[in-house]
Amino acid sequence: MNLAIRDIRYHRGRFILTSIGLGLLLGVVMSMGGIYRGLIADALSILHASKADIWVVQQNSNGPFAESSRMPEDIKYRIQAVPGVAAASPLSFQTIQVERQGKPFRFFLIGYELRGIGGPSEIVSGRDIRQKHYEMVVARAMGMQVGEKIHLGLHDYTVVGITGKIVSSSGDPVAYVSLADAQDIQFKKDNDAIRNERARVAANLADLQSLAPAQKNYLRQNITAITESTHTVNTVIARLAPGADLREAQERIRRWNHFKPVSDAEQTNLLAKGMIEKARMQLGLFRVILLVISAVIISLIIYTSTLDKIKVIATLKLIGAQNRVIIGMILQQSLLMGIIAYGIGYGLILLTYEKFPRRIVLESSDLQMLFGIVMAICVISSFVGIRKALGVEPAEALGG
Amino acid sequence: MDKNRYAIAVEKLTKMYGNGETEVTAIADATLQVQPGELVALLGPSGSGKTTLLTCIGLINEPTRGKVVIDGITVADDGWKNGIDLKRLRREKLGFIFQAHNLIPFLTAQENVMIALEINHLSKNEAKNRAIDLLTSLNLGHRLNNFPSALSGGEAQRVAIARALANKPKVILADEPTAALDTDNGKNVMALLKKLAVENRSAILVVTHDHRMVEGFDRIFQVSDGRIVD
Ligand SMILES: Nc1ncnc2c1ncn2[C@@H]1O[C@H](COP(=O)(O)OP(=O)(O)OP(=O)(O)O)[C@@H](O)[C@H]1O
Ligand SMILES: [Mg+2]
Repeated sequence: MNLAIRDIRYHRGRFILTSIGLGLLLGVVMSMGGIYRGLIADALSILHASKADIWVVQQNSNGPFAESSRMPEDIKYRIQAVPGVAAASPLSFQTIQVERQGKPFRFFLIGYELRGIGGPSEIVSGRDIRQKHYEMVVARAMGMQVGEKIHLGLHDYTVVGITGKIVSSSGDPVAYVSLADAQDIQFKKDNDAIRNERARVAANLADLQSLAPAQKNYLRQNITAITESTHTVNTVIARLAPGADLREAQERIRRWNHFKPVSDAEQTNLLAKGMIEKARMQLGLFRVILLVISAVIISLIIYTSTLDKIKVIATLKLIGAQNRVIIGMILQQSLLMGIIAYGIGYGLILLTYEKFPRRIVLESSDLQMLFGIVMAICVISSFVGIRKALGVEPAEALGG
Repeated sequence: MDKNRYAIAVEKLTKMYGNGETEVTAIADATLQVQPGELVALLGPSGSGKTTLLTCIGLINEPTRGKVVIDGITVADDGWKNGIDLKRLRREKLGFIFQAHNLIPFLTAQENVMIALEINHLSKNEAKNRAIDLLTSLNLGHRLNNFPSALSGGEAQRVAIARALANKPKVILADEPTAALDTDNGKNVMALLKKLAVENRSAILVVTHDHRMVEGFDRIFQVSDGRIVD
C-alpha cells in the first residue's frame, strides 16, 4: 500500500494548491531557460538566414553585430577575386524606429544586393524584391500586409513580400530593401543639407589662393563626390566554393585585403557567447535563486506535513513499521509534489510560450536537466522531514 | 517455574523516568505472568504506573531494571537485550489498542488493517482478504471504505482491535480501550476481547480504571504507586 499517495489523496486540496504554487515557480524557471535559448536563437537568426561562410568586416572589429563595422561597398570585388570564394555580397544594417499607428515601430533594416547573397531566405507570401527601388520585404512579425506602404528616409516603400521568422539580435523584426535604398535611407541628406555642405566646401576652397580655378573645380567635385557618396556597407559576406578551405580563404582576405574575415562559427561565438553573456548570467542567477526558493518551500512543506503526521508516524512505528516505510512515505510525497509541480509548470509554459513578446525556445535537454534538478531538490528537501520522522518515538502514539 | 508457558512474563521490573532531582520511579519491582488465552486487567488510580508497565511490556519503553519475556523470548534483562529487533517483535508478537483509537486518518478502515499486515510481509491480496474477513467478523463489513473520521467511537475502536489482531499476535496490550466509549459499546468491546482471548489463545492485558468493566476478566492486578499489590 502506498502511504504517500493515500495521504495525498486524503489531503488533496492542500496538496494540489501547493503543487500549483510550486508549479508556477517552476514555470518561471523554465521560461527563463526558454528566454535564454530564445535570445541565442534570435541572435543567430540573421546568421542562419544569410548562410554566409565568411563575414568580412572592418579591420580590428568584431562586427557587424557585436561591434560597428564600416567599409566601402566596392571591397566586394576584391573579396570575389579571392581564390576559393564563390560569391560575395555587401550588406548594410540599420535599426529604424518610426511612428506607426501612433506607436513607436522598431525594426532592423537589411540592405542587400538583389542579384547577390544575403537576401530573405524565404518568402511566405508575396514576392521577392524585383525593382531596384522602393520595394520592401518584411518579416511576418512586423505585422504588415503585402501592398502596405511605409515612409523611410526621403521616400515611401511598398511591402511586396513577407518573409518568415527573422529578428535582429535585440529581437526587432527584420525588413529587407535593396542595398541602394538602404544606403539612401541611412546616408542620403535632404536637399537643404546638400546645398549647405556644397557651399561650405566651396567657401573653404575659395580661401586656397594657391590653386588655379580648374584645380579648385576638380577638387570641389571630388570632395563633394566623397562626402555625398553613400556607398558604404557594414559587411561583405562570402560563400566558399565547394571544397574550398575556410582557413586559407580567411588568411588571404586578412593578408591581401586588410579586412577581418570572421567565419560563421566565430560569428556565432561572438553573438552567442559575447553579446548575450550578461543576459545569460542574469537569467542563470535568477533561475538559481528561484530554485533555491523552491527548495526552501518544498522543505518547509515536507517538514510541516511531517509534523502533522507525527502521531501517524508514531503509530506506524508502534505497530512495527520498518524505517523504510516511513522514509518512503515522506520521500515519495516530496518527489510526487516535485513531479506534479514540474508538470504544471511545463503545461503552463506550453500554453503561454508563444504569447511572450520575445522568443521562448524550450530545449528538451534543458527541461530534462531541470527535471533532474527538481528531483534532487525534492530528495534533499525531504531530509529535514525524514530526520524529524526518524526521531519520533513510538510512545508518542499513546497520548490522547 | 517454566517461563516458556507464559505469553507474558515480567520479573522485578523497575522503570524510572528522568534522573537526579527529577527522578520518578513509575514502576517498582513489578512481577506478573499472563498465560495464553487469559484476559487480564491492570487496575489502579491515575499516575500509578499502569501505562508505563504496559509500554515496557509492549517494547515501547525501555525497562530500567528487571526482565521482560514475551512468548518465551527474553527481550529485556536490565535494559534491552543486545541485538533484539524491537520493531519486528512488535509486528509479529504484539497488538496494541488504545484509548484514542490511533487509526491513521488518511487510510480507510480496511487500509488501516491492511497496513499492519503489509508491513509484516503479507501480499496485498492476502492482506486485503484478511482485513475484510476480520472487519466483517467485527460487524464492520459495511464500513470497509470509510475513513476514521466518518466512524463512530465504537466502530473506530473495533477497527483498531481488528488492526491489533491482524497478525494473530500472542500478546494484545490495551490501554483503556473502553474509556472513550459509552457503557454499551464498552461492554461490547470487552466481550469481544474476551472472545478473542479464548479463540485465538492470545494473552490480553487491559489497562483500565473503569470499574464498570471489571467483570469478565480472568484475573485483575491492582497497581498502586508503581507496585503490583494484587
Ligand atoms: N515520559 C515520562 N517522563 C517522566 N515521567 C513520566 C513519564 N511518563 C509517565 N511518567 C510518570 O510516571 C508515573 C506513572 O505514569 P503512568 O502514565 O504509567 O500512569 P497511569 O497509571 O497510566 O495513569 P493514568 O491512569 O492517568 O493513565 C506518573 O507519575 C507519571 O507522571
Ligand atoms: Mg495511563
